Amino acid sequence: MNTQNAPRKTQNATWRTLRQFLLIDMIKGFALTFRMLFAKKFTIMYPFEATPISPRFRGEHALRRYPNGEERCIACKLCEAVCPAQAITIEAEPRADGSRRTTRYDIDMVKCIYCGLCEEACPVDAIVEGPNMEFSAENRKNLLYTKVILLGNGDKLEPTLAERLKRDAPYR
Amino acid sequence: MELISQYLSLATPENLWYLGLTVLGILVIAVPVLLGMAYTTWFERKILGWMHLRHGPMYVGPFGLLQPIADAVKLMFKEAFIPGSSNKVMFLVAPMMVFVPALLAWAVIPFGPNPLYGLGIGPENLVLSNVNLGVLFLLAITSVEVYGILLAGWASNSKYPFLGAVRSGAQMVSYEVSMGLIVLAVILLAGSMNLTDIVNAQKNIWFIIPAFPAFVMFLVSILAECNRHPFDLPEAEAELVAGYNTEYSAMGFALFFLGEYIAMITMSAFTAIMFLGGWLPPLDIAPLNWVPGIVWLLLKIILVLFFMVWARGTLPRYRYDQLMRLGWKVFLPLSLVWLVITATAVKLLGNFAS
Repeated sequence: MNTQNAPRKTQNATWRTLRQFLLIDMIKGFALTFRMLFAKKFTIMYPFEATPISPRFRGEHALRRYPNGEERCIACKLCEAVCPAQAITIEAEPRADGSRRTTRYDIDMVKCIYCGLCEEACPVDAIVEGPNMEFSAENRKNLLYTKVILLGNGDKLEPTLAERLKRDAPYR
Repeated sequence: MELISQYLSLATPENLWYLGLTVLGILVIAVPVLLGMAYTTWFERKILGWMHLRHGPMYVGPFGLLQPIADAVKLMFKEAFIPGSSNKVMFLVAPMMVFVPALLAWAVIPFGPNPLYGLGIGPENLVLSNVNLGVLFLLAITSVEVYGILLAGWASNSKYPFLGAVRSGAQMVSYEVSMGLIVLAVILLAGSMNLTDIVNAQKNIWFIIPAFPAFVMFLVSILAECNRHPFDLPEAEAELVAGYNTEYSAMGFALFFLGEYIAMITMSAFTAIMFLGGWLPPLDIAPLNWVPGIVWLLLKIILVLFFMVWARGTLPRYRYDQLMRLGWKVFLPLSLVWLVITATAVKLLGNFAS
């Protein structure tokens, strides 16, 4: 039974005064904090250990490739259009073999609000937000990501990214 | 001219020898006290952390043991900012007025018999000046600190420090009354105002047993006297930013902190001497009385300090009117009644003086 909702016992004045003078409630409180002294600590030693991350976690962006090495992005510019912070800049031209690809794919990571709408908008799962959240920089320039950096992120994390998409697929 | 030659004639070899020994004695006490203060902050943060299910300082050195040193270095290299509208001389003098009396109080604290006395090193009793009115000196010098705090609040010329200082003044004066009365009861029990004699009167039984209610009241009073939780109204961070030291930075702030924590250690030592038998072992039997007295005193100081930190980890802050009510309507009458009871008992049964 929930003790907080239990009807309050009516205490007579003598007992109440006695409780106050003998500091019963204080001693109870002190005993509680003393027990906590030896209890297991909640702290997670962050840089050395981390909590598990959801497959939906929206971290640093990455551009993915098909298994044959061809980049997925078809320069449809849906991500650029949907981006609420207007952090994405895309320029596209037909490539020598006639396929439509980006010549420029920049994300300003300072503007980005990590909403994940680019990922939702992408028809070919090219742009995704990965599990990495430790990409802080001391220089603003280092946060203006170019296509090279984004593709590099994709190449580095591809197995993880594919696995995350697969795990999240049933709920999409 | 005459006066100068009179002073110079005092510089005899014996006098200089005495002066040198006293300065040495001061250093031998002050340096460990300052170090102890630094580690009191570490101790407090560690214990509080554990009670909050955290780890406390961990990274600077093993178990975070170098954290106080890192803090000291940080405070020393910060900019000492002086607000433009403040009274600059007062503003700079105030932290010193908190720090110096806190350290001065250690002149009369006795540390027990000298373990090296048998080898012909040092005096018989480890105490800088064994004055007969030690208790009075201690009470007086710890009360002087409130002037520094009041001055800091006034000189800052800012609202939060001013309110903090006013609260602090009222609080320290209120609790000094009941504290003085309790101390008076202990003096009656011991039959002396000399701190060494008070400890020696506890040879058979510590005063915590015959005067337990007084001990509890004394503990609460020292919490209020040191502006500690749950009576930390002068620096209540939820209401007053940081209270009287809001405008201070760098070493000025550090001096307030030093003064406050040294006052905590002083009060713990005072409690240990008044109620917990100072340097005496709990039982005068073989393995316990081999330990030098100073170790026992240190252990008791740490015990009382632990209680102060424990109270901070347990109790929420008092409201100001509740604080005043407790001081004037509960502790004052109770300590007066206790004084009357003690005086009657001492008159009928005699005191504990050996």
